[in-house]
Amino acid sequence: MDYNRNIMEKIYLDYAATTPLDRRVLAAMMPFFEESFGNPSSVHQHGQRAEAAVEDSRATIARVLHCQPDEVIFTSCGSESDNLALRGAAFAARAGREAKRILTDRGEHPAVSRTAQQLASQHGFDLEWLELDANGQVDPGQVAGILGSEDCLLSVMTANNEIGTIQPIAELGALCRRRQVPFHSDAVQAAAYLDLDVDKLQVDLLSLGAHKFYGPKGIGVLYVRRGTTIQPQQTGGGQEAGLRAGTHNVPYIVGMAEALRLTAEERPMRVAHVQPLRDQIIGTVLEEIPDTRLTGHANMRLPGHASFAFMDADGNRLLQLLDAAGFACSSGSACKTGDPKPSEVLLAIGLPPEWALGSLRVTLGMPVTAEQVGRFLAVLPGLVEKARKRRT
Amino acid sequence: MSGGVDSSVAAALCQQAGHEVTGMMLRAWSEPGCEDANRCCSPQAMTLARRAAAALDIPFYVIDAQAIFYETVVRHFLAEYTAGRTPNPCLVCNRLVRWEFLLEHALEMGAEMLATGHYVRLGLDGEGRHLLLRGTDHGKDQSYVLHRLTQEKLHRSLFPVGELTKPQVRVLAEKFNLPAAGQADSQDLCFLAGGDYRAFIRRHAPQAAQPGRITDRQGQVLGMHTGLVDYTIGQRKGLGLPSGVPLYVLAKDAAANTLIVGVGEELGAGVCTVNDLHWIAGEPPAGSFRARVKTRYTAQFAAAEVTLGEGGATAEVRFEGRVRAVTPGQAAVFYAGEVVLGGGTIVG
Repeated sequence: MDYNRNIMEKIYLDYAATTPLDRRVLAAMMPFFEESFGNPSSVHQHGQRAEAAVEDSRATIARVLHCQPDEVIFTSCGSESDNLALRGAAFAARAGREAKRILTDRGEHPAVSRTAQQLASQHGFDLEWLELDANGQVDPGQVAGILGSEDCLLSVMTANNEIGTIQPIAELGALCRRRQVPFHSDAVQAAAYLDLDVDKLQVDLLSLGAHKFYGPKGIGVLYVRRGTTIQPQQTGGGQEAGLRAGTHNVPYIVGMAEALRLTAEERPMRVAHVQPLRDQIIGTVLEEIPDTRLTGHANMRLPGHASFAFMDADGNRLLQLLDAAGFACSSGSACKTGDPKPSEVLLAIGLPPEWALGSLRVTLGMPVTAEQVGRFLAVLPGLVEKARKRRT
Repeated sequence: MSGGVDSSVAAALCQQAGHEVTGMMLRAWSEPGCEDANRCCSPQAMTLARRAAAALDIPFYVIDAQAIFYETVVRHFLAEYTAGRTPNPCLVCNRLVRWEFLLEHALEMGAEMLATGHYVRLGLDGEGRHLLLRGTDHGKDQSYVLHRLTQEKLHRSLFPVGELTKPQVRVLAEKFNLPAAGQADSQDLCFLAGGDYRAFIRRHAPQAAQPGRITDRQGQVLGMHTGLVDYTIGQRKGLGLPSGVPLYVLAKDAAANTLIVGVGEELGAGVCTVNDLHWIAGEPPAGSFRARVKTRYTAQFAAAEVTLGEGGATAEVRFEGRVRAVTPGQAAVFYAGEVVLGGGTIVG
């Protein structure tokens, strides 16, 4: 990718939170702020030009997902895509075939888990949680034992944001297809690195957010397989085949398509860049810092994702110390309001609380260099020691 | 940083003086369910503080102090009321949360000094010892609640707004484009979340709010009270006693759960005893000395003769004339002119 080096003066290691905009993406977006400002729904030529840009973008995204353009629905972000998938599929399944159970796992992003909880508590759906194993994976055997016609949908994320674990999506998808239950997967974290061929994954609904792969914030996609019924959650004009009303955000749609196209094209090179750095981080941290665990799966994990738990460390404090030392990282328990709670995902994989509060997530991206990783690894052990010192 | 003008301007002044500044906000304890109403660390206050830090382009972190705040400030607050005394929680917070917990945290992060938006000034005496002085703006002076600072702590402290008046600080806030400009001051205790402290104590220490007898100094029962926590020394209204002359709360006897009242002439004290003494210089100025004394945060100064007891653990404060509302649990703080000498806790 092409990025502005000045913004990287401090070493940014939080690419799972968001990524900088690729300059090639920005260049593709620019004409649609000024010259081609039209509303794609308009009859005149301004509208036609904008509409062409939106439809070209849809086709570009469809090629990456190996789907038809009319299966690509534009939304405002990954969370909206998750909401539309869960709410849309749940209400449609109840209306169409009297299904009333939502099946999901304990490692989901809040965009899925909180939505499922609200559907249960306020809209009368039943909610069944799938347990995670110690590596953070769902057991397809457990799903096979319970999945049935009473299920509105199964929702399991492609890869986890906190611990990087990749789920056996194709296996779960095959199960869902046999039992004729719609299958949704939140691929927001996976999109930067994994193959998103919806036929290989056997998904019916797939969520993406552009800002995780060097696209702009505030734009996302929900893939909806033909034949999968969902009810619109935002009504109004007939945009997006009536599934998602609202004037198209043309420059952002164009930017997302360009970012996804580049991501697919450069995938092998990007994986080859981050994976050795990730392995160096995991190896060094486990070797040099005592009382440390890798959280998530050792092999089935995102190539740019390293996550740890340090026993009896204060994760929030560690992040502050790292930031003061010039390194931007994240953790499962961190929160900006100074009110740390152990992460639900870390508790779900069986981490005791004295470990779960001391988590650290280091996620890599294209601008990260080996020299930066070296500097990070040189300071981390001392800062973990400091973060362990004083607990209240 | 609290999001208010004082700490925001203090940060800006530090930056202007050439310091490398990091903003920190304490996440103090709030009663479960009332987190959003805590005066100092509500989501709104945090947003303001974040915007102020962003306006100055400095890092900003919220420090989780919930556990230590509860263990020190809230526990002390409840225990003192249960014992029939009237504590000042800000004193405990400044001593054990801000200038212990927060200062340590800041030093560990690589800081050299802790700057706050308190209205006090620093100075040096002839022997190079740090002096703590009242803020230039006497109406805003906060030296009373900082009188427990030690030489070591003062060495690490900066009070950039202490030389300024509140109106000057507000002007600076506007000049620096700080979002807090225009905010109103507040005097409530942060963790009461805008609620009433009596109701708070009833919820958390119900034993401190049992009904009991009201008597005069001689022990004659005059009526019943609703709980000692509902009364303050010197209070006249709301006693509900039939009497030809106005009656005032003179004292609380927690052991007997009795409220003692009397006529106006009985109110006040010519002398009081103080323990838990602390001296800014590390030692008292003399075994016996004259000082200006404040017996609560908002009290006027009273001239007094302070005489240390044996071993210097207690002091007797003999006022010139009677001082109203000398309340056990509050601090008596001794001043020589503008300089804070030290202080202690009023025993009786």
